Amino acid sequence: MKFNTLPGRAQGFSRLVMAGAAVGLLAAGSAQAKIEGDTIVLGSAISLTGKYATNGVHAQNGYDLAVRKINEGGGVKVDGKSYKLKVVYYDDESTPARGAQLAERLIKQDGVQFMLGPYSSGLTKAIAPVTEKYKIPMVEAEGASRSLFTQGYKYLFAVLSTSEQYLASAIDLAAEMAEKEGRKPSDVKIAMAFENDPFSLDVRAGVVDDAKKYGMKVVIDDKLPRDLSDMSATLTKAKALKPDLLIVSGHSKGAATAVRQINEMKIDIPMIAMTHCEAAKVTDKFGAGANDILCSTQWAETLSYEDEMFGTAAEFHEEFKANFEGYTTVPYQSAQAAAAVMVWKDAFERANSFEIDKVRDAIAATDMQTFYGPIRFSEAGNNIAKPMVLRQIQGGSYNVVAPSKWASHPLNFPREAGF
Amino acid sequence: MLDNLSLLFDLAPVFNIQLLLDGLFIGAIFALAAYGLALVWGVMNVKNLAQGDFVIMGGYIAYSLGEWGIHPILGLPLAIVVMFAFGWAVYVLVIRRVIDRDLFTSLLATFGIAIVVQQSLNLIYGPEVKIAESGFGIRSALDNQLTVSDIKVVSFVMAAALAIAVVVFMKRSRMGQAIRATAQDPRAAKIMGIDTDRVYAFTFALNAAICGAAGVLIAMIWVIQPFYGITHSIRSFVIVTAAGFGNLPGVIIAGLGLGVAEQYSGFVMGAEFQQATVVGLLVAVLVWRQIQQGRLRQVVQ
Repeated sequence: MKFNTLPGRAQGFSRLVMAGAAVGLLAAGSAQAKIEGDTIVLGSAISLTGKYATNGVHAQNGYDLAVRKINEGGGVKVDGKSYKLKVVYYDDESTPARGAQLAERLIKQDGVQFMLGPYSSGLTKAIAPVTEKYKIPMVEAEGASRSLFTQGYKYLFAVLSTSEQYLASAIDLAAEMAEKEGRKPSDVKIAMAFENDPFSLDVRAGVVDDAKKYGMKVVIDDKLPRDLSDMSATLTKAKALKPDLLIVSGHSKGAATAVRQINEMKIDIPMIAMTHCEAAKVTDKFGAGANDILCSTQWAETLSYEDEMFGTAAEFHEEFKANFEGYTTVPYQSAQAAAAVMVWKDAFERANSFEIDKVRDAIAATDMQTFYGPIRFSEAGNNIAKPMVLRQIQGGSYNVVAPSKWASHPLNFPREAGF
Repeated sequence: MLDNLSLLFDLAPVFNIQLLLDGLFIGAIFALAAYGLALVWGVMNVKNLAQGDFVIMGGYIAYSLGEWGIHPILGLPLAIVVMFAFGWAVYVLVIRRVIDRDLFTSLLATFGIAIVVQQSLNLIYGPEVKIAESGFGIRSALDNQLTVSDIKVVSFVMAAALAIAVVVFMKRSRMGQAIRATAQDPRAAKIMGIDTDRVYAFTFALNAAICGAAGVLIAMIWVIQPFYGITHSIRSFVIVTAAGFGNLPGVIIAGLGLGVAEQYSGFVMGAEFQQATVVGLLVAVLVWRQIQQGRLRQVVQ
């Protein structure tokens, strides 16, 4: 008995070790399984619930449409073989900590080695250090904060224009208008109200830089708290100081609050520029009250960009609407998400390999035309080829008025107030 | 900052009137929600962290009516009824179980309610900002230098009417008397045959109804979003802490004062200090109270 038990136990133990080793091997195996059969697996933690849910879903729809389109059009061709794309999603609940956790899970447990970005700069900021740590390339489409591209990240690429470009063109436009009226651009007075969050402060930094270039005077420089729903004190100040240009950026709540109170307080400023007008649905909510307000956008379906996959921007717009219910206009968040997937396809095909570093270098060397605009990355990883456009709300529709190369309509100046 | 001060005193003193009016109009609504909190705090000793979220719920009732093509001001009676029922249900489901426990249990419970309300609103309405459009006119004077939207005036009047109604109710009605008796001494009230459980339920429901009414007005003046409750909760706490519960005139004065203080600090120091002012005032009030109590203690010694 005694003789038997000992070896018996030892056997049992060694079996356990073997089993453990096998599990370990399996785990190691899955960590390398970036390709499942003929499918390339991309991963993304994205906000499907929580405060970013609306835009998170817009982005997801963009990813999905591009994936479907690529798969239907013959997939991604690498080394003579055709692969399909698939995206593994996790819901980050709009919280950065959860996003970082899920990125770890995608990389460590699911073995994903090619990442698509989350929604918002905050989430991207949380996830980028993780992808960087594991040297996993991430092409993101929804994090515009300038500070993402000053960290020296080597595996982060963004197809969209960065935040400091968002409203800088409004300053150029104001200078142009001042000259037309026979005044010096340095006479222009600017009132600004930016939300006190990383994204909006980046937008502000771009505006301040450009204003300095022209020597314009900033007469109001207010920072709106995150959950402020009243900016009447700032607008009262604007009434007293009579600026030539009012700039507001505070996500959709900022746009909604600003347009509501600009009308309510009969603010008469010749030029008003904002971000997030579309997301705040200011034309639906306020009708004529939103007229002649300038809104910056990453992309518009009226732009004359074009590619071989989706066709023109307008054709993408139609195809998107046909695929997803409930859209009257397609948000730029969806368009840029689709463009990010196109970057992956293009990079895989040029790398002609799934070796991470080769793919990473291929992404870095991207130089392509898409329906979303040209894409070329700087050393830092942001897209430097695509400009931001300014649209003006004219009679309830958004018309591109600047920069002049893409303008479809002339600018209404000074603003006709809608009261 | 000094530029802005000189603007107010030398260059354009007319804007003082604008700031005062805006502050008073909005302060009246703050006072309303704060009075509800004072009631619950004073009678039940429950510090309701979901106060602001009840306000936002009321706002969404007004918004929904607007969506259905009904004027959002009619949300006022509807919100009072719906929120009263909701408050009662919350009491029966949650508050009743924690009311005899210590402070932290009720804080945690109401914090949980706040999260559930926020996330439910987020699921139903989405995270985007919503507004309820009153469609009322805007009055202006002095070449548009002064503007007052009618909805603010209407809200002020409604808030005042509601406050008066609540006071009369508390003084005259049988239930109001029972509430006051329970607030003074729940055990004695029980002995006198008052069903304190029912009184608590009614008080909590009444608070929810008052919040709902405030929310309807907020949705028509400002914007609402599922996660905006917290600022309204903070304001209510500041006002009640400053005024003390069971002190309606104090709550009203503190509410109006807070509204005006917010406007002035936003104008002079910039919007970034508008909410900081609220919290700063809370600290100031607490320090002041501490000093006062210190003096009292000395007398006792």
